[in-house]
Amino acid sequence: MASQDDVILEVRDLVKHFPLTQGIVLKRSIGAIKAVDGVDFDLRRGETLGVVGESGCGKSTLAKLLMALERPTSGSVRVHGEDIASARGAALKRMRRNIQMVFQDPYTSLDPRMTVGDIVGEPFEIHSEVAPKGDRRRRVQELLEVVGLDPEHINRYPHQFSGGQRQRIGIARGLALQPEIIVCDEPVSALDVSIQAQVMNLLDRLQKEFNLAYIFIAHDLSVVRHISDRVAVMYLGKIVELGADAEIYDHPTHPYTQALLSAVPVPDPRGRENRERIILTGDVPSPANPPSGCRFRTRCWKAQEICSVEEPLLQVREGSGHPSACHFAEVHDVVHVA
Amino acid sequence: MSDPVTIQTAGVAAGGEVQETTAPGSGKPRSLWQDAWAELRKQPLFWISLALLAVFIVMAIFPQLFTGKDPAFAELRRSLEPPSAAAWFGYDLQGRDVYARTIYGARASVVVGVLTTVLAVLVGVIMGVIGGFAGGWVDSLTSRIGEIFIGVPYLLGAILILSTVAPAQENPGAVLITAVVIIVLSVLSWPIVARIARSSLLSVKHADYVLAARALGASPGRIIFRHLLPNSLAPIIVVATISMGSYISAEATLSFLGVGLRAPVISWGIAIADHTDYLRTALHAMLFPSIFLSVCVLAFVMLGDAVRSALDPKLR
Repeated sequence: MASQDDVILEVRDLVKHFPLTQGIVLKRSIGAIKAVDGVDFDLRRGETLGVVGESGCGKSTLAKLLMALERPTSGSVRVHGEDIASARGAALKRMRRNIQMVFQDPYTSLDPRMTVGDIVGEPFEIHSEVAPKGDRRRRVQELLEVVGLDPEHINRYPHQFSGGQRQRIGIARGLALQPEIIVCDEPVSALDVSIQAQVMNLLDRLQKEFNLAYIFIAHDLSVVRHISDRVAVMYLGKIVELGADAEIYDHPTHPYTQALLSAVPVPDPRGRENRERIILTGDVPSPANPPSGCRFRTRCWKAQEICSVEEPLLQVREGSGHPSACHFAEVHDVVHVA
Repeated sequence: MSDPVTIQTAGVAAGGEVQETTAPGSGKPRSLWQDAWAELRKQPLFWISLALLAVFIVMAIFPQLFTGKDPAFAELRRSLEPPSAAAWFGYDLQGRDVYARTIYGARASVVVGVLTTVLAVLVGVIMGVIGGFAGGWVDSLTSRIGEIFIGVPYLLGAILILSTVAPAQENPGAVLITAVVIIVLSVLSWPIVARIARSSLLSVKHADYVLAARALGASPGRIIFRHLLPNSLAPIIVVATISMGSYISAEATLSFLGVGLRAPVISWGIAIADHTDYLRTALHAMLFPSIFLSVCVLAFVMLGDAVRSALDPKLR
């Protein structure tokens, strides 16, 4: 396991509340959507942290906070010890070189009026110190080659490429500044399954080649397992379980993780008969008004009195070798096929 | 060296395959603007309106090419004489040549149409972009300012301003009269452009590629000029071309009502106004300027229509 020195991203007690206002002229606050509500984790050099959770659990807001595209309500995001969440101006611009993003939808993340050369070269124009002017075209062509595109296509426009190729362009743009961290916000969920594998393999290869650290956000558990070293499971703005991929997938201790895993399709018919289906009842509570204590208790079959009173912290517990936010954490292999 | 004949045929093949731009290796890469231009070129409406406008623009710049006569030369004894070989369109009330005056009248219309559009688009886009990009109270402020101007009925507002401003000048020159009309028309019409610019900007403001540029650390200026404006320009261009025609007709209306352009400026609107009383006795004095006015407005509106269908991917 990598040593503590290798930690390049530290997220501490990150909170983002979007205020809910009422009234047109005199706006008054009537509460807040607690999109991200106290998230802690570390990311080490060359490591992939998968973040899974259902729609609306705050995954994308988390990505935007890491990229300083949104300002957090409180908490910090430290890249090499410097807080990007409170940085501004030139300092923020310098820090951005170290953390870049790959977007979900390759059809909207590339400016349709710019050529591929302009899109991939834009990082060099913004950070002109990275590549001298005469060198940029060559650098862009190198990047295109690295992501498996024809460097001759530098003058083409995004609409002349397929979805998978567009995502490669987006990845090339993310690589341009040679960042150490890349935040991937559902990078393959808009692609066909056959293309998904290609893009995943590309990300895998680039990680080894450039020693990149990924934050890999997805709702597809099998995709996350394929690429991640560690996995964080999010529910209603909080991380409920955090561990190495084998710990999460084979020894889940949080009931929510167990329920999620029980819904993953199993390709083997016999294995499918063995596995257990945990069907959750009810809907996800509103993030504007989350339940007291444990946020999952309204849908949990293990819920007891203590769950509504005391909020379970994300910590190593008796019955869970890795951090889990459940008072009654215990290993329960739902898939039974490992 | 490669054979020039093959290059030529390859060029023709690539030009013919409009749909085949995605196939690797075939054809030259084209931007969306170039796509729109290719679409525009296919429309007969575009070429007709362009030809008409070219004639009007040449007429506005070099009226001498069309007539050797002096539009200001008046012979009262020929007042309201009908068209003849000597004067194709006849003579007006003051005994001036209607053909010469109609030709010279193009300048006022084209100048008013083009300059009003330029001014209205300039102010409108600046205000719309400021409001749309900044959001919050800045947006409210620019939108409310625009609504003040848009709240005044267009013609009523123009008549009000022109009839109060104009008498202040004792003996104004042609340039000043035209400038006042242009300014009044653009002051009353920029909010329309501003609204379109703002809504168009808002529709692309939250696109992922803008987010990507921000994540790279792009400055607001770069985001506006490299990403937002190029992607929100299409509807502004369409409205600008279509409204050019409406400014010309607004100018004619104001001149007709006696508050727009006045002598010494020569304008179709003035010619129409001067001869409404002689409709039954000397129709020609009013008919020819009216035809020119209608055709000119029509040309601009047709051009706007052609541009719209080329720029709007949904109509393709």
